[in-house]
Amino acid sequence: MAGMASPKGNKAEASIVDGRLGILLLPSWVVIGILLVIPVLIMFVYSFLTQDFRGGVIWTFTLEAYDQFFIDRGLFGDEPAQLEWTYILIFWRSFLQAFFAMIFCLLIGFPTAYFMATSPPKSRSFLLFLVTIPYWVNLLIRTVSMKFLIRDTGPINEWLMAFGMIDEPIRMINTAFAVQLGLFYSYLPFMVLPIYASIERYNFVLSEAAADLYTGRWTTLFKVLIPTVKPGIIAGCILVFIPSLGAFLAPDLLGGAKNFMIGSLVEEQFKGQAGDWPFGAAVSMILLTIIMIVLLFYARSQTNSAGRGH
Amino acid sequence: MPAAKPIQRGVVTDMAVANKKMKWYPGFREITLACFFILYAPLIIVMIYSFNASQSITIWGGFSLQWYEEVFFGIEAEKFKKATINSLIIAIMAAVVSTVIATAAALAMVRGKAFKGKSLTFGLINLPLMVPEIVTAVATLIFFSVIGFDRGVLSILLAHIVFCIPFAYLPISARLQGISSIYEQAGRDLYATPGQTFLLILFPLMVPGILSGFLLAFIISLDDFIITNFVKGAGVETLPTAIFGAVKQGIKPNIMAISTLMLTVSIVLVSISYLISRIGRQN
Repeated sequence: MAGMASPKGNKAEASIVDGRLGILLLPSWVVIGILLVIPVLIMFVYSFLTQDFRGGVIWTFTLEAYDQFFIDRGLFGDEPAQLEWTYILIFWRSFLQAFFAMIFCLLIGFPTAYFMATSPPKSRSFLLFLVTIPYWVNLLIRTVSMKFLIRDTGPINEWLMAFGMIDEPIRMINTAFAVQLGLFYSYLPFMVLPIYASIERYNFVLSEAAADLYTGRWTTLFKVLIPTVKPGIIAGCILVFIPSLGAFLAPDLLGGAKNFMIGSLVEEQFKGQAGDWPFGAAVSMILLTIIMIVLLFYARSQTNSAGRGH
Repeated sequence: MPAAKPIQRGVVTDMAVANKKMKWYPGFREITLACFFILYAPLIIVMIYSFNASQSITIWGGFSLQWYEEVFFGIEAEKFKKATINSLIIAIMAAVVSTVIATAAALAMVRGKAFKGKSLTFGLINLPLMVPEIVTAVATLIFFSVIGFDRGVLSILLAHIVFCIPFAYLPISARLQGISSIYEQAGRDLYATPGQTFLLILFPLMVPGILSGFLLAFIISLDDFIITNFVKGAGVETLPTAIFGAVKQGIKPNIMAISTLMLTVSIVLVSISYLISRIGRQN
């Protein structure tokens, strides 16, 4: 886009930011560097410190936090070391719930994105606006609304009982189902928007060509359209999976005490009863590592598909 | 997409019908309706019940504004008022600072030549989007605690500036990419200084992007719960943390009234941002 007036390689063309890149970028480097990169590094160091029972840390290096996470030595620490399952299971359960949230969002989000992208331009921008609103509305308020809706004495149960369809309220709140529903509901717009963007750019001539060659409707969808818009689908999946994995509000407000996820485990170390900061830092580090691995795979798949495209 | 339109318009009607039929899939419309229903039903129901006259929060007892009255004049009014003021101060400051930082960064990233570490810088600007909120929250809390920084409004503000930067950056850089550099070159050819070129030519063209970046940063800051909850000191509340605290003790009708008010604010701001970017695109 830039420089289309002059041929490429014309050295005479000067930009107004020449020689000022450093000054312009310095604020973002400094702010994000000092307030995010350095804190994450400090958190990494912290995860190797000793817990002080008064709520802080003692600056002695130890692997205790990771030991507590992975290894079970019995209540008094004198039994033979075994793999500790409690925290691994919390991670596994969070992983499954994030995964299913992603699948459900995809099953609902893809047809929605497709329908939006193929509707007439005027209704298209209105539909886009309708999906954008929940994307920006406070997640806390949305989760509270869901809690209100599915409580034992909430509107759903009251209405079902009023119509005589059930005799006593269906227990939905404080179940794994509620957490799953909450995650799905929280991140659904995150799935729709990137898929919509990629289907909107998709050239339907490709589908027409397939149809002209007597390819069936569904074959065209799965063999032509979906492979072409795959980057958008993967982006949507990442945008749902990652925040779901570290979610705090949905498990806390909808899941109650029994349906712990990683976010609740971390929160408990800092705000709750546990007060074990090094352990909280270690759990956060493990979560961050998993997410960085997912993002690396994502980056690789993006460069691969970009390479194939050219 | 725009390139395909003139061809479609010229095509005879039965081909357009065939085209429409080809794009159609059974059930997609119904799923779309279900999707919108799921997204909006809880919000609309809370809005309706916030006008409920009945003491019980689920039985409908007629229209009333009593819960709004309680929000503004009730026992908890003072607490929520304080929290709202904190939220607004933090959101305005965080949005201003992050928009300035993001505008500078967007100028360098979009208009600057390729330099060593450009993709690294891009990664850094977007880092707050990639690190899960709960991890950022923990890291920031530990950081403030290690350097002995007092936890209060200022610590919340600093934390908010960081995650607002990428949200402000996206619309600003998108807008800048859409502005041809011909204008600046014309200015430079007529001996305007770089500063004049920026202030008189580029900046006015960038305004729609900067405004929508500012509004998005403002909403993101206003809405944040997780990071605020970690870095706020005891006794300092923002609106989301105050609401969370109240919800923990059970959902009372005044919570629904506050929720409805916040929903309205978000919807209005998103609509303004949407209109600005649309006007910007038309110009």
